[in-house]
Amino acid sequence: MNQPIKSTDIHQSILDDQKSQDRRKMMINGVLLLVLLAAPLAIYPVFLMKILCFSLFAVAFNLLFGFTGLLSFGHAAFLAAGGYTTGYLLSNYSGLGTEMGIIAGTLVATGLGLAFALLSIRRQGIYFAMVTLALAQLVFFFFVQSEFTGGEDGMHGIPRGELFGLVSLEDNLNMYYFVLAVFIACYLLVQRVVGSPFGQVLKAIKQNEPRAVSLGYNVDRYKILAFVLSAALAGLAGSMKSVVFQLASLNDAHWHMSGEVILMTLVGGMGTLLGPVVGATFVVNVEYQLSQGPLRDWVDPILGAIFVLTVLAFRSGIVGEIQKFMRRNLS
Amino acid sequence: MSEQYVLETRNLVKEFKGFVAVDDVNLQIRQGDIHALIGPNGAGKTTVFNLLTKFLPPSRGQILYKGEDITALKSAAIARKGIVRSFQISAVFPHMTALENIRVALQTFENTSYSFWKSGNSLHKLNQRCMELLDEVGLAGFANTTTVELAYGRKRALELATTLAMEPEILLLDEPTQGMGSEDVDRVVELVRKAAKGRTVLMVEHNLSVVSKLCDRITVLAQGAVLTEGDYATVSADPAVREVYMGSDGSGERGVAAEDNQTVEAAQ
Repeated sequence: MNQPIKSTDIHQSILDDQKSQDRRKMMINGVLLLVLLAAPLAIYPVFLMKILCFSLFAVAFNLLFGFTGLLSFGHAAFLAAGGYTTGYLLSNYSGLGTEMGIIAGTLVATGLGLAFALLSIRRQGIYFAMVTLALAQLVFFFFVQSEFTGGEDGMHGIPRGELFGLVSLEDNLNMYYFVLAVFIACYLLVQRVVGSPFGQVLKAIKQNEPRAVSLGYNVDRYKILAFVLSAALAGLAGSMKSVVFQLASLNDAHWHMSGEVILMTLVGGMGTLLGPVVGATFVVNVEYQLSQGPLRDWVDPILGAIFVLTVLAFRSGIVGEIQKFMRRNLS
Repeated sequence: MSEQYVLETRNLVKEFKGFVAVDDVNLQIRQGDIHALIGPNGAGKTTVFNLLTKFLPPSRGQILYKGEDITALKSAAIARKGIVRSFQISAVFPHMTALENIRVALQTFENTSYSFWKSGNSLHKLNQRCMELLDEVGLAGFANTTTVELAYGRKRALELATTLAMEPEILLLDEPTQGMGSEDVDRVVELVRKAAKGRTVLMVEHNLSVVSKLCDRITVLAQGAVLTEGDYATVSADPAVREVYMGSDGSGERGVAAEDNQTVEAAQ
């Protein structure tokens, strides 16, 4: 088709292409950062923190679902494990810095993620989803039965404490900027992971697993690492959430929560970086707005309808559809 | 004795619940040969490929590579030893560019594939080699094209280039010309001939003109067992082969080609 062009030229144009893509990514990140920094001027910080926690949860889930092709139906377990661990430690050890409580919660979720991964990773497709669901239900019943979680009542009055013993997190704005900093760090981490050599292999596994095997990749190990990373970030989201709301409850462990994160990711756009953030923002807002009005009993059916509509008509989700539109009109 | 064979199977058997798909197969592949595996549909050709690369575990028997028993190795380990397979349906990564497809293969031998914290730019040092490989199969101009947008023949060429990126000692090609027009077939024949230099190739192939042009040695499988083995002249003159493979009326090639399209993917 093309005239013989020197391959070095082609290579150069690929590199240039990538550079301009990176630049665009940086710009989007920058705009997003400014919006988030200024947001508490206009919006109640606790509500914003709710959005950020769920965004992080969805970003974590999407690392596994959107970028590795593994549909876990048990991510609520990691959210709850992080939340309960942090809540328990901060409630019972008053000398503990909040950051230590959050790190501990994340580590527990990471360990739980490794256990889940080892037990489920060899299963494919729907069986993988079912195994993760079953394991998450086991964890749910553990939390129901355990005394330290407060059972049906949940864990209340978790102290927010101080960050590094210096900054009081009782203040909503301090808390907000702390949550924002963690969120940004995690978001950038996921962006890095997706673009890393490891991310390339995940992409390959997602697109054609047998071929990845035939190229010498031990795909199970890659999947396990992706699963553990995803669980760790989901746990971190749960830990932060329990500090923000000073509450950890069974809601977070319930399979509804595993379903909700799928909804957020799909609505926003799976396999895109920004999708889960947009999806989480959307879902949290819809839930909030509806619960204020006359339709408050209809939240679940309406979200269900949105889910069906997305799957049927807008498979790529909000961000995915926008990307498609831009590509069509730019080229 | 086995020194001269680079790949060998001994009494290889694969049973699926009472059905014997591969029955006591002794294959001996000589170093440097292009060796064809032919036979009617359901003869067990793809199953043999799956056994050799451990996509399926054999029920009994041994697989030897340069005299070393590799029966217990896993798929990924076999690939790293230099026995690399292709697939019946084109095995590419559809939503990666042609260059990225090849780079994933080269990446196998980097020790950074688990480094989730590293920048993707660390892979750019492999790009040079990717471009060379793309150039070899005439795809340099498509380096930045998403693979799903490539024509079928080009996908197969890309697949071959990806396989070659692994620097395999033995290339296992599962029907490299399947579903292609005659122009593409000629191109693939040339590519395979080029790729086979200094390597050993084992290929499943339905197109007998391709086999006659390329292959040094042919093994005919029927109902899971080896029917006969030899060069093209010997095999094509064998009445038993004509009987099972070509059909008794001798209108072989056309009949086979028609069957070809319905080939069910036996793998997984």
